[in-house]
Amino acid sequence: MKIKKILPQLLTLLFIVLVFGFFTMNAQENMSTRGLEFGFGFLNTQASFDIQFSLIDYDGSHTYARAYLVGLLNTLLVAFIGIILATLLGAIVGIARLSPNYLIRKTASFYIEFFRNIPLLLQIFFWYFAALRALPMLEDAPMLLNSSFMTIKGLYAPSPIWINFDVFFTTIIIAMIVIFFFARYAKKKQEQEGKRLPVLIISLAIFTGLPLLTFLIGGVDLSWSFPVIRQMSASSYTFDGGLKIPPELIALTLALTLYTATFIAENVRAGIQGIGKGQKEAAASIGLTPSQVLKLVVMPQALRIIIPPTTNQYLNLTKNSSLAAAIAYPDLVLVFAGTAMMQTGRAIEIVGITMATYLTISLGISLLMNWYNKRIAIQEK
Amino acid sequence: MIIKKFNTLKFNHHKNRNISLISGVLFFSVGIIDFYLNNYFNTNITSFLPRIINFFTPLIFGVIGLHLIRIEFSGIKILDSLNKNINTTNFNAALSVSIILLIIFGLPPLLNWLILDANFAGDSKEACTGGGACWVYIKVWFNRFMYGMYPNTEQWRVNLTFIAVLVFMAAGFFTPTRLRNYLSLYYVLILPIISFILIYFIVSGGSFGLVWVETGAWGGLSLTFMVSFFSLIFCFPLGMMLALGRRSDLPIVKYSSLSFIEFWRGVPLITVLFMSAVMFPMFLPDGTYVDKLIRVVVAITLFEAAYTAEVIRGGLQALPRGQYDAAKSLGMGYWRMHVFVILPQALKLVIPGIANTFLALIKDTPLIFVVGLLELVGMLNLAKTNPKWLGFSMEGYVFAGIIFWIICYSMSKYSQNLELKYKTDR
Repeated sequence: MKIKKILPQLLTLLFIVLVFGFFTMNAQENMSTRGLEFGFGFLNTQASFDIQFSLIDYDGSHTYARAYLVGLLNTLLVAFIGIILATLLGAIVGIARLSPNYLIRKTASFYIEFFRNIPLLLQIFFWYFAALRALPMLEDAPMLLNSSFMTIKGLYAPSPIWINFDVFFTTIIIAMIVIFFFARYAKKKQEQEGKRLPVLIISLAIFTGLPLLTFLIGGVDLSWSFPVIRQMSASSYTFDGGLKIPPELIALTLALTLYTATFIAENVRAGIQGIGKGQKEAAASIGLTPSQVLKLVVMPQALRIIIPPTTNQYLNLTKNSSLAAAIAYPDLVLVFAGTAMMQTGRAIEIVGITMATYLTISLGISLLMNWYNKRIAIQEK
Repeated sequence: MIIKKFNTLKFNHHKNRNISLISGVLFFSVGIIDFYLNNYFNTNITSFLPRIINFFTPLIFGVIGLHLIRIEFSGIKILDSLNKNINTTNFNAALSVSIILLIIFGLPPLLNWLILDANFAGDSKEACTGGGACWVYIKVWFNRFMYGMYPNTEQWRVNLTFIAVLVFMAAGFFTPTRLRNYLSLYYVLILPIISFILIYFIVSGGSFGLVWVETGAWGGLSLTFMVSFFSLIFCFPLGMMLALGRRSDLPIVKYSSLSFIEFWRGVPLITVLFMSAVMFPMFLPDGTYVDKLIRVVVAITLFEAAYTAEVIRGGLQALPRGQYDAAKSLGMGYWRMHVFVILPQALKLVIPGIANTFLALIKDTPLIFVVGLLELVGMLNLAKTNPKWLGFSMEGYVFAGIIFWIICYSMSKYSQNLELKYKTDR
């Protein structure tokens, strides 16, 4: 009986040790023949390559560690924008899938079937190499909304210039804290006295009112810097001022959003359909209005079904953003596992760091999700 | 109540019905015609209206038209079903009209580009004179898109192998009843070996008087099929072992399976392929060389096996405890219980999940461009940089999109059918 339990475990252990031992021994040998030494010291040396698009201050004189940070931030930027847009689009399409209107329903399911069955890489290529290349040159681009230009080199939009931005930012944080405590107070009051306070309206008022006040008394000011076209030579133009969003970022965000939204839409639909008709009827029969039924009965239960698979999609989107390397958007994979590795030749360390980064993001979010799932799970007696 | 009154008209008795019907149809047609003329003849019949309203006139007229024909129990069958389906409220009517206008706006130019103005005849870039798509490009490059750099005269070998593998796969459906028990053994063990031998000797060549073709020259859609076929048949048994391992009560087995699964699920495929390309050779003894294609297949197999394991685990968890208890009470051991009782039922439950994993696998294969293998999408990117054929990237991507869409869509429909077929009530 004991042998039966110990033997398979010993064999597994032996297998793992053998495989890892074989790999490490070879790696040590290979590295010593190439004159490399395993270590992360190279992170502090000068990177001496440029990155096209970066959120923080960076040029060739910074270190590899800084380049890694630039790549990571670019990845997180794409993932963040993609997640927000995909959630919005997915929720709309998912609800539209259940619409009583035949045309809306069919359009939504056409969209879902169309975009989810084409490889994401192909979609990214399509937007980047085919669709965005059809945009006008800098000098021919029409002005959109009196301020922006959509050109072959990317989107040029006005950028805000803040005075005392930190005051403004702190106020927003304070407003959020105030709203949090107010919502808790309102809930308590309802549970004790049965009185419902207009939480949404008051929260919105606090959220817009407090930051706006800082313009009047906090010395905060906002002005815009508009992109203005300038001729550099006979045929080359450039824009001064404003904000430049590179076409790589646009193509990547567009493709990731359209692709992931189809999966989120299916999750939303499944979640809403998963709520039994009896629940809605029971809620209506105790006198709740249709909007209350949706808010207090259907959505809390539907969210329980929707959120776990949707988080999975968020993770997929973050991991899929690594396809950026294919169109040269400087994300973590391109900057670090691409350029930095070519320059240093440290394959093991760099691929290891890259994988560990993604692994940390994934495991972190899934731990958070498990905790959340346990919290919202129905407590059965 | 107010909304309801606003949404349905009161005068539904017969005297007024025809008037409102006719005026409704009239309004609706005016809206559509206005939009049509605006878009395709550059004339604006409602230009006397102010500019801001003018832009929305088709929508406004359409909604008014639909509002007028929204008559309850009109007695006309078509009208009733129309009202019920696309015209229940004013909001719905506005959405319906927007979609109709969008179709009018988008469909004709799309059809023109795809078919009507497209060029099909000829075999050089100069043949593309119309304003539409240049399908000549696809025609000229078709062999490259299907077989990559595989020599033209040798392509029958790829076709032959594919047909042979299909025949061997189909053979499973015609096995006599007394061999049925060995069917899964055939699919899991014998078929992969047969297909590997076929590909090794026929596609790769080098013996029996066939010219040797290196794997770097393989490519196109056939490579997509090869990579996804092998990854699928290898990742399935591996995933099954991992799923069993993860549910095992032996701690070392359990946690090593768990960490294996979580590791591969946590990293993007592109970094795995990077690893197989640049990191893996460092892990092998100096001088050993593993073919690129094999490295890629192994990488994708390990990656997808982790996902398959999670899918199968879902099936194992969904089985009621009674099944395990019943099998144990019959005196079955661990392996007998799983092979004869648990897995056959669990695998039936996870067919849709497995099909989804396989779909994801097919959609992931274009990523192998990272290691320099060019399947369909990679070939497209190569072809579009050819100086003789610049400027046709759109046609290429549309072509590949259609092919992938047909493959993935038919597979997802097939898996839905399987799901219905194997649905056993509990």
